[in-house]
Amino acid sequence: MTKNIVLAQGNGGEENAELISKIFYKHFKNEILEKSEDAAIIDGGRLAFTTDSFTVSPIFFDGGDIGKLSICGTCNDLAMMGAKPTYMTCAVIVEEGFSVEELEKIVRSMKKELEINGAVIVCGDTKVVPRGSVDKIFINTTGVGVVQKSGISSNSVSEEDVIIVSNEIGKHGATIFANREGMEFSSNLQSDCTSLWPLVEKLLSEGIAITAMRDATRGGVAAVLNEWAKQSKVCIEVNEETIPVSDEVRGICEILGFEAYNLANEGTFVLAIKRSDAQRAVEVLKTFEEGSKASIIASVTHQHDGRVLLLSPWGSKRFMDLPTGELLPRIC
Amino acid sequence: MSSLELKDLYDGFRNPEVIKSFQKLIAAEAEKLGRTVNIMEVCGGHTHTIMKYGLTQLLPENINFIHGPGCPVCIMPKERIDHAYTLAMQEDVILLTLGDMIKVPGSHGSLQDARAKGADVRYVYSPMDALKVAEENPTKKIIFFAIGFETTTPMSAALLDVVIKRDIKNIFFHINHVTVPEVMKELIDSRDEHVNSYDHRIDAFIGPSHVSVISGSKIYAVFPEHYRIPVVVAGFEPVDVMEAIYMMIKQFNEGRSDLEIQYKRLVSQEGNLKAQALIEKYFEKVDLFKWRGMGNVPNSGLKLRDAFAPYDAEVLYKEVLPYDEIDDHKLCICGDILRGFAKPQQCSVFGTACKPSSPLGSCMVSSEGACAAYYKYGNLL
Repeated sequence: MTKNIVLAQGNGGEENAELISKIFYKHFKNEILEKSEDAAIIDGGRLAFTTDSFTVSPIFFDGGDIGKLSICGTCNDLAMMGAKPTYMTCAVIVEEGFSVEELEKIVRSMKKELEINGAVIVCGDTKVVPRGSVDKIFINTTGVGVVQKSGISSNSVSEEDVIIVSNEIGKHGATIFANREGMEFSSNLQSDCTSLWPLVEKLLSEGIAITAMRDATRGGVAAVLNEWAKQSKVCIEVNEETIPVSDEVRGICEILGFEAYNLANEGTFVLAIKRSDAQRAVEVLKTFEEGSKASIIASVTHQHDGRVLLLSPWGSKRFMDLPTGELLPRIC
Repeated sequence: MSSLELKDLYDGFRNPEVIKSFQKLIAAEAEKLGRTVNIMEVCGGHTHTIMKYGLTQLLPENINFIHGPGCPVCIMPKERIDHAYTLAMQEDVILLTLGDMIKVPGSHGSLQDARAKGADVRYVYSPMDALKVAEENPTKKIIFFAIGFETTTPMSAALLDVVIKRDIKNIFFHINHVTVPEVMKELIDSRDEHVNSYDHRIDAFIGPSHVSVISGSKIYAVFPEHYRIPVVVAGFEPVDVMEAIYMMIKQFNEGRSDLEIQYKRLVSQEGNLKAQALIEKYFEKVDLFKWRGMGNVPNSGLKLRDAFAPYDAEVLYKEVLPYDEIDDHKLCICGDILRGFAKPQQCSVFGTACKPSSPLGSCMVSSEGACAAYYKYGNLL
């Protein structure tokens, strides 16, 4: 590992995992933490518990803002464990000189998203720091959810499952990249930032046999699938053609040399579903606008345990690797 | 009529049916060859296409790829990266460069390490972005660490052109532009240390085509004419590469060695004359440029002409820049890989001590390097 922290260590990929295991897990080591799930399952399996800090530039982007993101992110981590978001905390670190009007705008969008999840903020903290100490505003939220269905775990994906993505992938990452760099496209590209509990609730109420779920945030779909392949000791074989990617995201990827499956999502998740329920799960997801492009993208085998294979429509295959380093645009 | 959309530029060139058709055509022609042919794709972009789309899996066994040295990030020697690092650490300097140059380790670390230590290092999409950075930071010296082949050289020239015309005082250049035909010649002409002969193994070249958009296909004429080695200038989509291979094998079977253009939608024989004039105006050749993994290659590098020395960071910071020679890592066999004597998996440190996150040799450095592509995509068969 490097002597100083580098940006690549926050990418959700290899370097990020190394930092977490060599520094945090080493000292905090315990059975619950080491399960490495989206949210910790505590209180004898009754509650899900998670936390997330949010920093995004720009703080207002196409399709959302840091406030919406801070509620969606934490609530989605709970939802991915089959838990209904209930109580939350909110801690804000804000830079001297920040506009009060913008702060209220952020808080209003948090409130709106809380309502969608049926959760409430029950305690919080506010720190104001001198100009330059943070980039405008950092928000941390912590959430507790009540587990509605137990046993959902990224450690138990098997050959009986197929892999589904809930919608078109890579929209959040592509939008932030475009907004941050001031790239102007004549397109409808928007972040997919959304709360996923309503979708999960419907899947559960329809009795769909869910093995695992994970929202494909930093590191994108590739990071989720690689973690699952490693944790469950299986091979995930993805049919490239079936991955839903919008023309806008594909275009940005073409220009900059990115892969859509490495880009972050904030309202798109990956599911491992028992094969017999897969078609029904897709149909349920498609009843939501946020799931309208849901698609079965992969099967689970033992071809290369611990790895993800990408199968091309012309019969060749390659690894779908974990992203490494910062996402940097290609040169020529 | 609806306007052309971005996807129209690549959709057809990834058509599975077209790819499969070429697969059949190639198989039929390759059977007639009666020997193995070694095709070098010089450009890292082509290496990337071949590995990403799994094209080796579609080809008969007697078609072998040698992955060439055409990745501007990979070939940058540690000496030059140390220059970038040193410049970045200077007070009042903002160092700008392109894409994944930021990740490449020199002897003290990479530019991203310099940034973690407080240096202001930024990547830009276009050298022209330097104008905005310079305007926003009038008290800083903006140094553009310019890299790349003929493809990116005109952009550096265009930036200097604007800097001079607008009399901008705080933009400087550290030039690392290199040229393709010279290194291709070197690959054929150089004496191999292991067998002490000139036994090169290259039967044909896939010509770097974005280079030719600027310089024209004419720069490769020497290879069929002088060396009797066919060149096909190809695009970067899987259909482009498959068609180029087909064209090449036909040349072998018909006993020809010609310069052909597959990438006709962008490449002409003459290229972009305006860009060539701009390069000519501001740049001149240097006698030797050291390539990582290849050593010194005559006439393969460019520098600013002496008249533009006031803009040349290499001149301005002469006193602080390091000039010690640094050897390539002794376990690294990049030189052999680039010459076609070895494949990435044959290297003892491939995937263990040498990985994309901690590369030892040039071929692992950028995603367009052969080792990085093998590591990333697995070269599955």
